[in-house]
Amino acid sequence: MHVSGGGTSSGRGLRVNGDPLWLRLLLIGSAITITGVLIVIPVVYVFVQAFSDGAGAWWSQLTEDADTRHAELLTLSVAPAAVLANTIFGVAAAWTLTRFRFRGRLLLLTLLDLPFAVSPVVAGLCILLIYGSRGWLGPWLKQAGVQVVFAWPGLFLATTFVTLPFVARELIPLMESLGADEELAAVSLGAGPWQLFWRVTLPNIRWGLLFGVIQCHARAMGEFGAVKVVSGGISGQTDTMPLRVEKLFQEYNNPGSYAVASVLTIMALATLTAAWALEHWTNRRPTPSGKEL
Amino acid sequence: MSITIAGVSRRFGDFQALSGVNLQVPAGSLTALLGPSGSGKTTLLRIIAGLESADSGQVLFDDRDVTQLAARERGVGFVFQHYALFRHMTVAENIAFGLRVRKRPAADVNQRVQELLRLVRLEGLGQRLPTELSGGQRQRVALARALAVRPQMLLLDEPFGALDARVRQELRGWLRRLHQEMHVTTVFVTHDQEEAFEMADQVVVMNQGRIEQTGSPQQVFDHPATSFVMDFLGNVNVFHGRVTAGRLEAGPIRMDYSGYTHDEPRNATAYVRPHELEIDRHAEAAALPATILQVTPAGSLQRVRLLAEGYGVELNVDVARERADQLQLRPGEQVFVRPKTARVFMPEPEYVI
Repeated sequence: MHVSGGGTSSGRGLRVNGDPLWLRLLLIGSAITITGVLIVIPVVYVFVQAFSDGAGAWWSQLTEDADTRHAELLTLSVAPAAVLANTIFGVAAAWTLTRFRFRGRLLLLTLLDLPFAVSPVVAGLCILLIYGSRGWLGPWLKQAGVQVVFAWPGLFLATTFVTLPFVARELIPLMESLGADEELAAVSLGAGPWQLFWRVTLPNIRWGLLFGVIQCHARAMGEFGAVKVVSGGISGQTDTMPLRVEKLFQEYNNPGSYAVASVLTIMALATLTAAWALEHWTNRRPTPSGKEL
Repeated sequence: MSITIAGVSRRFGDFQALSGVNLQVPAGSLTALLGPSGSGKTTLLRIIAGLESADSGQVLFDDRDVTQLAARERGVGFVFQHYALFRHMTVAENIAFGLRVRKRPAADVNQRVQELLRLVRLEGLGQRLPTELSGGQRQRVALARALAVRPQMLLLDEPFGALDARVRQELRGWLRRLHQEMHVTTVFVTHDQEEAFEMADQVVVMNQGRIEQTGSPQQVFDHPATSFVMDFLGNVNVFHGRVTAGRLEAGPIRMDYSGYTHDEPRNATAYVRPHELEIDRHAEAAALPATILQVTPAGSLQRVRLLAEGYGVELNVDVARERADQLQLRPGEQVFVRPKTARVFMPEPEYVI
């Protein structure tokens, strides 16, 4: 994670150690080959395909189809909403799990990882089983006139579930290493709960929090499996961008499909760059961690 | 403001941190909570501050019961072991924190911050970050931050634990003077008996969640109430022996002991402090032959470590400089060790049922 490492990790070239030259070349060569085949070539190919007819065609693929436009806007509303929910949840969960010792704490800590472990399709199915028209809460929701499944709330729930651990997972080790002493000091100096959070806790965790939010956002935009189950695939209504990519592809609209895919890829690369820059920058700052204080 | 602790207990899981502690801290005093790690001294301090809750018992400030009062309402200045300075704030912001959360006018805050920077001798360092300060300076910032809100009492957790010997010595004297000027009731936790004795008016010796003894440094040192206190206060020499009819025999020690006058022999332990043993070149009555292992100069003293082969015990003896010059002790030499005095503790007999 970004809290480790000193900042001298890159750019030192081959270090002379005991391993023979051929072994080093073999290992480095296979690492480069595997990365290239599995990651670099597909990503480059997405852009090659997307821009095969030029940037103008790419742009019109993105903007002229009403369903594609709707998918873009839908993703731009569902993903930030899920990120916001998970930011609030993540901070609360990290606070609870690092500042209190209670029965069932370890269980909660383990449950927090469940969304990473369980297949997103299963997550979507669970939402269907609970909120669907024949689901557990279905009849009651219908009476109240609230549509969850095959609508925005369902997409939001599915995305939130899948990205639940990102912020909390980032904050828990950070807050654990920071310790509670500064917060106790603030309390003994007369700070109320809000003053404590805004003046002491948040400034200390801000970089970790931002890092978690960026990761969470990247994943939220790209989520496919869980969303696929709860969306119902209604074009122009419940198709998010990843779903739109698939649908266009199924309709043999390869240029459209690759254009949308390239936008997702660009956003992912931007996220990665932001995270990398953040990591690089915070590592050079005078120790944000460090127990001595 | 005086502090009264009445029957305070605290348990963490299976660990009984405090069991039924009673303590009186007089207003304006400087009290040390002294004990080994795990003795409950820090827990007690945190309970006084309200940073930890007691399972049972009461905490009173003067006559007011504050047991249920939240930490932020107790008006207590607390200095943490590792200072707990706000790492993203400058020194001045750290000191101002308590005033700012109370929404004091900015001009007052600035004036008070300057006043405190002067008091802790850190003028001109207000704009530094805590990471840019030395350990001793951080400690003084923590103290200034706690004092900024004019607390009713000052609580310090191992205030000098993380500092090197010279800085520690300096800060001790300084804190002592500060206390004399301000007369804020002060309680500090330490595991260092020297620190407790040098600074405090009242020493509270703690062990396994209980108070072993409370008293002035002189009282505690001269009249230790229990064998634990005796043991804890310095590298004391221990002789195991027995008492019969008012007479103790423990190694080289033969002395009257009026605490037990039965004819039936009972186990007893004699404790002798390093300065209460004398080294001689010639054998005298009740002297123990021993070989010198090590001679270490320590200021006005010479610390001598010896092995008494006859008993298989190591002895620590402090020899005054003058006497040391006379004796010219060298490692490997055979000498005789004689106790000038001893304290006897008799454990409760273990009855066999």
